[in-house]
Amino acid sequence: MTQLTPLNPPDRSGGGNGARLLDVRGLGVSYRMGRRWLRALREFNLQLDAGQVVGIVGESGSGKSTAALALMHYLSANGRIDGGDLRFLGEDMLAMGAADLRRLWARHIKLVPQNAGAALNPSIKVGRQVAEALKAAEGIEGAKADQQVIASFRAVNLVDPAQVAERYPHELSGGMQQRVAIAMALMCQPDLLILDEPTTGLDVTTEAVILDLLRSLISGQGAGVLYITHNLGVVAQLCQRVVVLYAGEIMEEAPVAQLFARPRHPYTLGLLSSLPKAGQRKAHSRLQTIPGNPPDLRSVGQGCVYVERCPLAIEMCRAQKPPLEEVEPGRLARCFRWQDVDAFSGESPSRPDGSPLGRMASSGDSSPRPDGGGEGGQSGESPPRPDGSPLGRMASSGDSSPRPDGGTEGDILNAEGLTKHFPVPRDLVDLLRGRKPWPIRAVDGVDLRLRQGQTLGLVGESGSGKTTLARIIIGLEARSGGRLELFGADIQGGLRARQQDLLSQVQMVFQNPQNSLNPYRSVRQTLCRPLVKLRGLSAKSAEDQAVQLLEAVNLRADYADRYPDELSGGEKQRVAIARAFASQPSLVICDEPVSALDVSVQSAVLNLLADLQDEHGSACLFISHNLSVVGYLADVIAVMYLGQIVEIASADALFRAPSHPYTEALLAAIPTPDPSQRSQRILLADDLPSAQNLPSGCRFHTRCPRNIGEICGRDAPPWRETGAGQGIRCHIPLDELAGATPPPAPPRQDEEGM
Amino acid sequence: MTFLTNIHRLLRVLLWQPQSAIGTLLVAFFFFLALFGGQLAPYPNANDQSHDARVSPTLDIGSLQLGAHPFGTDRLGRDVYSRVILGANSIFRIAGLGTVISVVLGSALGMAMGYRGDWLDELLGRVIDALLAIPALLLALVMVGIIRNLDFQINSWQAALADEVTLLVIAILYIPVVARVARSAALDIKTREFVAAAEIRGESSAFIIFREILPSAIPALVVEASLRFSYAIFLVASLGFLGFGAPPPSPDWGLMVNENRGGFYRLTPWALEFPALAIALLVIGVNLMSDGIRRAVQKGGA
Ligand SMILES: Nc1ncnc2c1ncn2[C@@H]1O[C@H](COP(=O)(O)OP(=O)(O)O)[C@@H](O)[C@H]1O
Ligand code: SF4
Ligand code: SF4
Ligand SMILES: [Mg+2]
Repeated sequence: MTQLTPLNPPDRSGGGNGARLLDVRGLGVSYRMGRRWLRALREFNLQLDAGQVVGIVGESGSGKSTAALALMHYLSANGRIDGGDLRFLGEDMLAMGAADLRRLWARHIKLVPQNAGAALNPSIKVGRQVAEALKAAEGIEGAKADQQVIASFRAVNLVDPAQVAERYPHELSGGMQQRVAIAMALMCQPDLLILDEPTTGLDVTTEAVILDLLRSLISGQGAGVLYITHNLGVVAQLCQRVVVLYAGEIMEEAPVAQLFARPRHPYTLGLLSSLPKAGQRKAHSRLQTIPGNPPDLRSVGQGCVYVERCPLAIEMCRAQKPPLEEVEPGRLARCFRWQDVDAFSGESPSRPDGSPLGRMASSGDSSPRPDGGGEGGQSGESPPRPDGSPLGRMASSGDSSPRPDGGTEGDILNAEGLTKHFPVPRDLVDLLRGRKPWPIRAVDGVDLRLRQGQTLGLVGESGSGKTTLARIIIGLEARSGGRLELFGADIQGGLRARQQDLLSQVQMVFQNPQNSLNPYRSVRQTLCRPLVKLRGLSAKSAEDQAVQLLEAVNLRADYADRYPDELSGGEKQRVAIARAFASQPSLVICDEPVSALDVSVQSAVLNLLADLQDEHGSACLFISHNLSVVGYLADVIAVMYLGQIVEIASADALFRAPSHPYTEALLAAIPTPDPSQRSQRILLADDLPSAQNLPSGCRFHTRCPRNIGEICGRDAPPWRETGAGQGIRCHIPLDELAGATPPPAPPRQDEEGM
Repeated sequence: MTFLTNIHRLLRVLLWQPQSAIGTLLVAFFFFLALFGGQLAPYPNANDQSHDARVSPTLDIGSLQLGAHPFGTDRLGRDVYSRVILGANSIFRIAGLGTVISVVLGSALGMAMGYRGDWLDELLGRVIDALLAIPALLLALVMVGIIRNLDFQINSWQAALADEVTLLVIAILYIPVVARVARSAALDIKTREFVAAAEIRGESSAFIIFREILPSAIPALVVEASLRFSYAIFLVASLGFLGFGAPPPSPDWGLMVNENRGGFYRLTPWALEFPALAIALLVIGVNLMSDGIRRAVQKGGA
């Protein structure tokens, strides 16, 4: 399918004589920080052949981007190469002059930088930009260049490439920008492609499409690829070998299957075990965590860089730096005790109280899935809600189904038909034609119930309306329609109309730790304010209480005097969580609280949330695009698509047998951190349609892999419920949905060598 | 992170770069004159006409000797050196106070507009845009003309205001300019999540504007304030020169340049050159400094 012709074989005459594509040994990089040099990368080794995909994983700040730039011999002005050897096709890149390097960058080594959207020039149409790159690399201009640009856009699956070429970067979604950047890099058929976190920040569905695309392009072109990410799932799905980077040093390097099956370094082990496993629930076990923080690069001593966080550390680790040694053929590890890692990888610890939480809706969880429960399917009407079923009390229903009229006492949250339409300002054309543009229907008739102590997970692609829904509930956004009840009381008006008591009962943890704390307030001031304002404590007792809050989120008391810029991302999020729990709320809304955090920190924050919620008996509305995270925390999961809830089910039921085609697609898109399970993907075409111009009939019909024809595009599907409290919005009868298996994945070409 | 360490850091960055260091030192020098001019000037009465008229400057740069009249005397026998020194006070007072007033009021207005973001903001925003479309000097001249021609009773408060007409004009002229900057800063900052956190805590608008949003806007406002100050200096000098500033015989630099133009320039060129030099040095100094402040703040990323 790709229009790009295969690459010239890498044994260029004059270059190497069958030399490696990329051969790096002992490379070091330092950045000047004021008067001292920060050694951001030390003793970096890498061998990469044509046609190979090597992954570099590590937390933020571990030196991944530095490595990427160093491999191009392209460092920022305050950076320098400390030494080592860097060879591209046998040529010494460190000895090359600027002109030679520029020729190399234009033609042979291409970098897709982290956040490619920002790397595109905002004032030039994307088609033009790619054409410029082509001109620089190959001197192709004019109509021929335009043709090639369009072809390259088609190769990266951009729909309507000619039209995309005419747009400016800001008119494209994140996923499209990323694809343009990839097209630009692949255009010149580079020998080496370096991708720095190309899918970080994108939806799983978009990520799945891009990964799939990369796979086919890689196998088509035969280029060597260096894929940088912090997502182990992506590595497992895409790469053949992995380099694990920590604090600027390689901890382990191995073929992907072996790394995931038997990590040989405690850090790799820690990373792998901190991921929530499929079906793992907070009721049964805590997530494993890596305690502590990465070391400050300024104070890296002679010992092992991981020693402060390593459960296997011994005396010797402090005194001496472990060498990067070959532990098996083709595997390297930097650890004195690599033989003991195997024995150490035990089971995950269970939750402190051992027992599943009594308050949880466990009866719904364990009930078998409805087998031929076709009552819902025949009539198109939902069956009477079974009383006593925990889920029956909070399921969603669409416009076509009868309103539930069960008792609401005990409900913390009860929403019916919540709607938010954002008006779109008229532009000149609208004014002249005298028409009013459609509003953006961000939330469009959502019913939700949440009981005390329950956790409701809300998932969906970005743009599906999750955050807007949360903001309506907490009062940050005025609703345009529907009813909202909190603690049994009908809520009217905005935040200002809410009583103090209600305010303290509902709190929120925000997505972006960078922005959620006021940078000009110390942690103490941040925590004291809600204590004084909402709990009415005196300044003195608020200070004592603030220290206790810090303890509750596992931060030392001396953090009270720090300012946000002295905290890491995970620490900031802990403070934000402490602030939310300061008023002892009964309902905590968490909007993507861990999406911006590194894997090693995510699990600790999730544990913390589960513990606090448990302790306070608070209910939680947990929003995330990461289904495995939601699966761990939530009792019940609601799946949202374009302003509507398309499925509600208990977490177990949802994972055991996802039913709605959209849920299926979301689940399939999660890159599994298991190389032996390269998933059968259900790829969703295109991006989420605009909420201003919603598809007719079923809103999912434009992308639905199971679209059953005319009816889907014409009629809004009914909301149907199963006996077990699962609710689904789809035309396909429930029993058929439950029985069907997802369609087979497209054949893949790059499995060899694994 | 605290205010004092910020000032400290700012000063350090300012003095590090040669241009901004020169600017800062120039401004500091004139500020010193403004504060202690009364003590430093050999003849502290600005209108002291007891000297010989048209004495050439006695300043000898080679030997650093000041002499009796370092900058000479003007045609009325006033010591130009003293008058230049004494003039520093009024230009600093008017430009400085005018800037402070406009920054304080403009920030408050702009922040409130940006935070509310409703129809009132829309309306005021349009008014501001319209005001800003008129050239500043023209607007200033019109305002001065109007205020000057009002009939006030002597010693009434209106009359007192009319005496401070330049200061008033600067404040009024720059309030919308500052408001626009503050507004766009507030529009940006209010989308950050700590503001939402304050809202769901039920904080008052005043608390959110001044305690949550303002601190993050201060870097932008400091840059704007320094820019306003440098324009204000220039405006005071221009108004004085055009005869719309301080009335004679005050030692206003702009006025001194005006009074010694034309035929008088041939007689006593020094009476024009030294105040003109003072204006030029101060304007250059203030510009270099505000440029340095801008760079320091942007570099600090605060
Ligand atoms: N231009 C730079 N100047 C100074 N320090 C830098 C620069 N770029 C990166 N660093 C530092 O180098 C380390 C590695 O950063 P980076 O390569 O960006 O890691 P990652 O890609 O894993 O996030 C970090 O401590 C980071 O703060
Ligand atoms: S060398 Fe020691 S501290 Fe480092 S990873 Fe191995 S056991 Fe842990
Ligand atoms: S109604 Fe049709 S288009 Fe919509 S989810 Fe069901 S099968 Fe897909
Ligand atoms: Mg990076």
